[in-house]
Amino acid sequence: MVTPILPLVMSGAVVKRRSKTLLGPVDLTISQSGFTIIMGPNGAGKTTLLRSLHGLERFAQGQQRWQVPLQEARRRQGFVFQSPIMLRRSVLENLIYPLRLRGTKRGRATALARDWAQRVGLDDALDHPAPQLSGGEKQKLALARALIPQPDIVFLDEPCANLDGRATREIETILQKANAAGTRIVMATHNIGQAKRLATDVVFLLNGQIAEQSPAHAFFNTPQTPQAAALLRGDIVE
Amino acid sequence: MGDIWEGISAGFWLVVTLDPDLVEITLMSLRVTVTATIVASCLALPFGAWLAIRRFRYRRFVIAVLNALMGLPPVVVGLIVYLMLSRSGPFGVLGLLFTPTAMIIAQVIIVTPLIASIAHQAIRDIWAEYHDLLISMSTSKWQRILTLIWDGRRALLTAALAGFGRAIGEVGAIMIVGGNIDHATRVLTTAIALETGKGDFSLALGLGFVLIGLAVTVNILIHAIGRTERDGKW
Ligand SMILES: Nc1ncnc2c1ncn2[C@@H]1O[C@H](COP(=O)(O)OP(=O)(O)OP(=O)(O)O)[C@@H](O)[C@H]1O
Ligand SMILES: [Mg+2]
Repeated sequence: MVTPILPLVMSGAVVKRRSKTLLGPVDLTISQSGFTIIMGPNGAGKTTLLRSLHGLERFAQGQQRWQVPLQEARRRQGFVFQSPIMLRRSVLENLIYPLRLRGTKRGRATALARDWAQRVGLDDALDHPAPQLSGGEKQKLALARALIPQPDIVFLDEPCANLDGRATREIETILQKANAAGTRIVMATHNIGQAKRLATDVVFLLNGQIAEQSPAHAFFNTPQTPQAAALLRGDIVE
Repeated sequence: MGDIWEGISAGFWLVVTLDPDLVEITLMSLRVTVTATIVASCLALPFGAWLAIRRFRYRRFVIAVLNALMGLPPVVVGLIVYLMLSRSGPFGVLGLLFTPTAMIIAQVIIVTPLIASIAHQAIRDIWAEYHDLLISMSTSKWQRILTLIWDGRRALLTAALAGFGRAIGEVGAIMIVGGNIDHATRVLTTAIALETGKGDFSLALGLGFVLIGLAVTVNILIHAIGRTERDGKW
């Protein structure tokens, strides 16, 4: 039995650049299961919050704790960046990379990579240089690369931003499958329909602070803040 | 005008017929510069990569020094190496002055900063691009370095070629420390200088053709590497 790495408890976290506060103070607990959607207008701090949870930002104040030592927690999580970062290698080599880091044999890694390439519809592009893929293909590759080592939790920063309707549906299916298989998901999106389809709970950010945090049905039916209500109506949030 | 054409055709003839003097001088040039490029690359490539990744207190200072060294006048390098290796200098006992080894040392000093600087820039660019991903994947320090070197391999090879290109065409330093001794330390550039001085334009031009050929080849290689980079081959 492997020790679960969750819940992740963040308390009083503040992220600053120079003297400007980008995020916080934020208290947030990521429970053991669920599909958390982070919403909020541009610049609200969604990316900053995700990066903080993943451990990419240094806190000016506050801290967070995993249930296992940090080193181990780091190995058991994945991240999909808002603008995908491609290694200057083929699609196949990109998919293999996280497995090889963990010491998986090349043959087995390649087999897994082929399987994942097929799931995200990149099986014809395995030998293509990844930096030359289209924006949407890069996002699919980044998603597959994050999920391939079977992380306990994966953070996704608008993973469907450049995808067409069909690809979005495919990705949502993949995410729901992974989620059902026990992968905790925390994801930022601007797409209200997508949020409604996927979320079990919602974190709504405004100006770097959590304005609202509720179960999905509560958030979508009875939003507590005027800004969330406006966002859900499709109005512009000031 | 007639003299020049005669010289060009005679020089061309020397190249085509593989004139023994021309071949010997060319081989000496290649031996010195290839060795110097390899030695310089062994020093400069890891150093450049290290400089790109490591944050330390005097990093900016080191980079400034590196860039300054890149502009060192070769003649001055030649003079300093000469003084070091001359009979009364600190390394005089080794008896290296006026040997190919002395020329190699001078060329290594001249091209190491150049190669290190190009390597540093290339690895720094990739590191900036990869930084968040490699941190996110919790790679170890060695995994990071290997990833950057592997994905920067074309740029590193380009750096080495640029070093070769600079070294093969250099005259000042190797003239001083090598002495342009026939059958011993005569290389393309020093021979051209000597033959031109003597008024023997045919050999000078023949050697000039070889030198141009080498320089063009290096540039074509650099260009080809740039293209495979874009196409993502190897
Ligand atoms: N490197 C930086 N330096 C200074 N300010 C920054 C930096 N990165 C982000 N910010 C600021 O921090 C705030 C939050 O940015 P963040 O990227 O987290 O927003 P977001 O909610 O992800 O927005 P979007 O919906 O556009 O992706 C913004 O005001 C942004 O301008
Ligand atoms: Mg963002």
